[in-house]
Amino acid sequence: MSDALSLEGIRKSFGKLEVLRGIDLTLAEHEVVCLIGASGSGKSTLLRCVNLLEPIDAGRIILHGEEITGRAVDVNRVRRGIGIVFQSFNLFPHMSVVRNITLGPRKALGLSKADADARADELLGRFGLSDKRDDFPDRLSGGQQQRVAIVRALAMQPELMLLDEVTSALDPELVAEVLDVIRELAGGGMTMLIATHEMSFARDVAHRVCFLDAGVILEEGTPAEIFGSPRQPRTQQFLQRIVQAGRL
Amino acid sequence: MNVKIFCIAEVVILFTALGVAVLRGLTGPVFFPVRFFAVVYADFFRGIPTILLIYMLGFGIPALQLSGVPTSELFWGTVALILVYTAYVSEVYRAGIESVHPSQNAAARSLGLSHGQSLRYVVIPQAVRRVIPPLLNDFIGLQKDTALVGVLGVVEAFRQTQINQADTFNFTPGIVAAVLFLLITVPLTRFTDWLIARDRRRRQATGVLA
Ligand SMILES: Nc1ncnc2c1ncn2[C@@H]1O[C@H](COP(=O)(O)OP(=O)(O)OP(=O)(O)O)[C@@H](O)[C@H]1O
Ligand SMILES: [Mg+2]
Repeated sequence: MSDALSLEGIRKSFGKLEVLRGIDLTLAEHEVVCLIGASGSGKSTLLRCVNLLEPIDAGRIILHGEEITGRAVDVNRVRRGIGIVFQSFNLFPHMSVVRNITLGPRKALGLSKADADARADELLGRFGLSDKRDDFPDRLSGGQQQRVAIVRALAMQPELMLLDEVTSALDPELVAEVLDVIRELAGGGMTMLIATHEMSFARDVAHRVCFLDAGVILEEGTPAEIFGSPRQPRTQQFLQRIVQAGRL
Repeated sequence: MNVKIFCIAEVVILFTALGVAVLRGLTGPVFFPVRFFAVVYADFFRGIPTILLIYMLGFGIPALQLSGVPTSELFWGTVALILVYTAYVSEVYRAGIESVHPSQNAAARSLGLSHGQSLRYVVIPQAVRRVIPPLLNDFIGLQKDTALVGVLGVVEAFRQTQINQADTFNFTPGIVAAVLFLLITVPLTRFTDWLIARDRRRRQATGVLA
């Protein structure tokens, strides 16, 4: 079985600032990997690179055996197979919920309106959002908006999901509903790469946790290894601060 | 007559201006010539006084007596208005397009939509909603300036009475005036753009978030 995703020596700078300094990471099919690390350590940048929203300076990204960082690659085709969900939802404010969800399937996949609507309605039902179908995003709570954003990504039937701190912008009481959705996806076998500050969630859902520090993966292991007995002093420090902040 | 000119010009401008704004927003070295054309276009036609262009096209082109080209002063006066207001309105559109947060484009592109599809379905619909007030403003100006086209007829009548005038139209004074105006307005618009760009860079440097 080939790997779902393989990153080899990814480097990325913004001007003089070197954000990613050689990232190597492989995800097996159906694997859930959580990226943890301090603010500014490059988690979002890494996810945006995988989705080809940011060009990388060096290295290779291989998705299901195909190098997607090559020159002749059709980025639009690659992106159709990768779902990404952002911290700030980024729903389209001028479209109803159902239009947000069907835009990609209709315009990028060429589905008919009826087929795209059916797909959207099925997903909305599955995630308890059917009654929001025709509302506009500004009428929804943050948790509902983020669930719609997840559904929008799922409607493309991606083989890989990238989640970038999808609960960071939410009020505490809304976090659970979004995490439940992600747990369900993990249970369903979705391959996921998740940047998160929710350590208890990472411990719960991840098969493997990677600690990102100063642009490299400093330490990786099972949640039990990383949270139970981290080897690197930097990892220990980071987790200590999290515990002090009451988030673990 | 003015109302007719206004209506035709308005509809044409709404589309041509959007085209110019979109061309100007294209990224990548391949599109440099197009982008450059859009910038020069906007600078040039915002720099020349409307009345001057109406006068030059309205009298100048019919006087050239080119074959296969309309000779009506009204036609060329309207063309002049369209050229000028396309430049103004394209700048309004551009401001609107730039006011849509880049994360909206990122979200659209992440769904596999092309640059054009992202513009068409996500960015431009939001931009247009935001620029409706300044757009209306420009159309009030257009409405008033249609009167200038009407003046062509009057001036023409006046010109006929001037016996010492050569019977071919003399472009030179108009061109000199236009160049003088451009010498002032083009650096001014460049300076304004530079200020805006600097301001945007500063804001981005402080607020980088995915
Ligand atoms: N478009 C950009 N231009 C310039 N610098 C950027 C850009 N995007 C990110 N950076 C910088 O790259 C570094 C890493 O940013 P990134 O958003 O990837 O961190 P992060 O690990 O996701 O942090 P957080 O936990 O706060 O989300 C930061 O110093 C940031 O300022
Ligand atoms: Mg981030």
